[in-house]
Amino acid sequence: MKELVIISGKGGTGKTSVSAAFASLSESTVIADCDVDAADLHLVLSPAVMESGIFESGKLASIDKSKCVSCGKCSELCRFEAVKNNDGIFSIEETSCEGCGVCVHFCPVNAIMFDERKCGEWYISKSRFGTVSHARLFAGAENSGKLVSLVRKKAKEKAYEENKSFIITDGPPGIGCPVIASITGADAVLIVTEPTLSGEHDLERIASLVKHFRMPFFVCVNRFDVNEEITSRIEKKTLELGGTVAGRIPYSKIFTQSQIQALTVTESDCGEIKNIIKSIWEKICHRMMTI
Amino acid sequence: MIIAIASGKGGTGKTSVSVSLAKALAEANDKVTLLDCDVEEPNAHLLLECSRISETDFSVKIPSLDISRCSGCGKCAAICEFNCIAVVKERAVIFADLCHSCGGCSLVCPEKCISEIESKTGVITEYSSGKLHLVQGILDIGKAMSPPLIREVKKNTESEIVIIDCPPGTSCPMVTAVGNADYVILVTEPTPFGLHDMTLAVNTLRKMKMNFGVVINRSDSGDERVENYCRKENIEVIMKIRESIDVARAYSKGIPLYDALPEIKQDFISASKTIVNRAGETI
Repeated sequence: MKELVIISGKGGTGKTSVSAAFASLSESTVIADCDVDAADLHLVLSPAVMESGIFESGKLASIDKSKCVSCGKCSELCRFEAVKNNDGIFSIEETSCEGCGVCVHFCPVNAIMFDERKCGEWYISKSRFGTVSHARLFAGAENSGKLVSLVRKKAKEKAYEENKSFIITDGPPGIGCPVIASITGADAVLIVTEPTLSGEHDLERIASLVKHFRMPFFVCVNRFDVNEEITSRIEKKTLELGGTVAGRIPYSKIFTQSQIQALTVTESDCGEIKNIIKSIWEKICHRMMTI
Repeated sequence: MIIAIASGKGGTGKTSVSVSLAKALAEANDKVTLLDCDVEEPNAHLLLECSRISETDFSVKIPSLDISRCSGCGKCAAICEFNCIAVVKERAVIFADLCHSCGGCSLVCPEKCISEIESKTGVITEYSSGKLHLVQGILDIGKAMSPPLIREVKKNTESEIVIIDCPPGTSCPMVTAVGNADYVILVTEPTPFGLHDMTLAVNTLRKMKMNFGVVINRSDSGDERVENYCRKENIEVIMKIRESIDVARAYSKGIPLYDALPEIKQDFISASKTIVNRAGETI
């Protein structure tokens, strides 16, 4: 069983559309949506939820006002600016609390409670392309890295159970905690980028991260015809960094249109774009079988 | 006055809108500071003609153990909520990669054998571009935690007008970046993904009790659902920017919306006045 993670560094390059298209092309796949901050894959896959559960991670401090003596010790020790002081009435701002428990431990009158924090929900669903492992992080919640790990773990369990040969994982943008949680231990990474100065800048950073974890990676330039000069530079950089150029996708309105129809790009287009994405998918599959 | 530019979905044009708004405001105001808080992938400097003024390393505090004095009492391991400390053979062992720099272990250690040392996680760079001042945070490759760096960049608020380019998403980095802004602009696009991610961002901002409006980029590229949602939810659409291949080509070369087409520049100048008014209502 092989796991391919699709990431982008820069957001909005077409990562999710490409992931969904791969899901429709693959015959034996479990799909994982690890962009738990802003999960969109379900809008195209329309999955029916079969199993779900609450994702709890870390703890949340809260002040019992009846016990608080307004000494300000919590505010003094908190490094996350989470303690608010309104004329001597202290409270914890939920979205700022890191869940470290320092205020809880040092409160002289034990006025601070420390409860498990519900951060989101996970789902195992059925879709027309197979099982989907996905999740939803609650508004402003933390620890998306841990939820990413949970989504991947559940995808892997399902892939073994169903004897599938592939996991296609739609990853988050950026290079931080959720991205690191998405790629560690996977077999290969596909970076979907765009030929802009920002896309180029972000590609170098994300490719360096992937190299840092010694993972094989592919690069695909979406909307390559917006700037062919930068496309060539990105492909040159990919080879320099030891990656494989997987292909180029031209600018096409079909990406937005298929989204509006709640279809994958490869379902709503049977011509050029489908063939291009299919050849990229086949190239990656072929290479991954030899990794 | 602090104005934050955010978006649930990535790639909606958040940075180009931030830079354009900062440029429009710099025309009429003496000093405008743009803070690039998208520290995982900061790009504002690529859209501005600017020169670098200074570069400073950014570090977080991590614990360092004087093992000769450690009694193996385990109080440090007990207070650490992030599993960074274990007690092995009656001595503490620290896994600093997991550390959130809360300081709990050094405070609680009865032998005072845990001190805090600096560990570099990024760089803060200041640029100057005419009347515009840009402060950028950039996270080192392989470092997981962006909020401390975002908090450090956000200390640069001495200008009268501060614009914050936030990271995408709706979790801790986004919350850290938008926190304490007087007004937030959500940049979105009129697609199902754009709408879905915007509603997540709206829920987060409402939970934080913040005032916000919406900018719809490539406004004629999809369908009506974003505008219908804004109407239903009583959210002000501050500005709509039409899709144009010329704008896309200009952006690819590092030219922001503001300088791509004259009519967009005019739209930004009038939108910037509305935005300053909205932020002023909060203050």
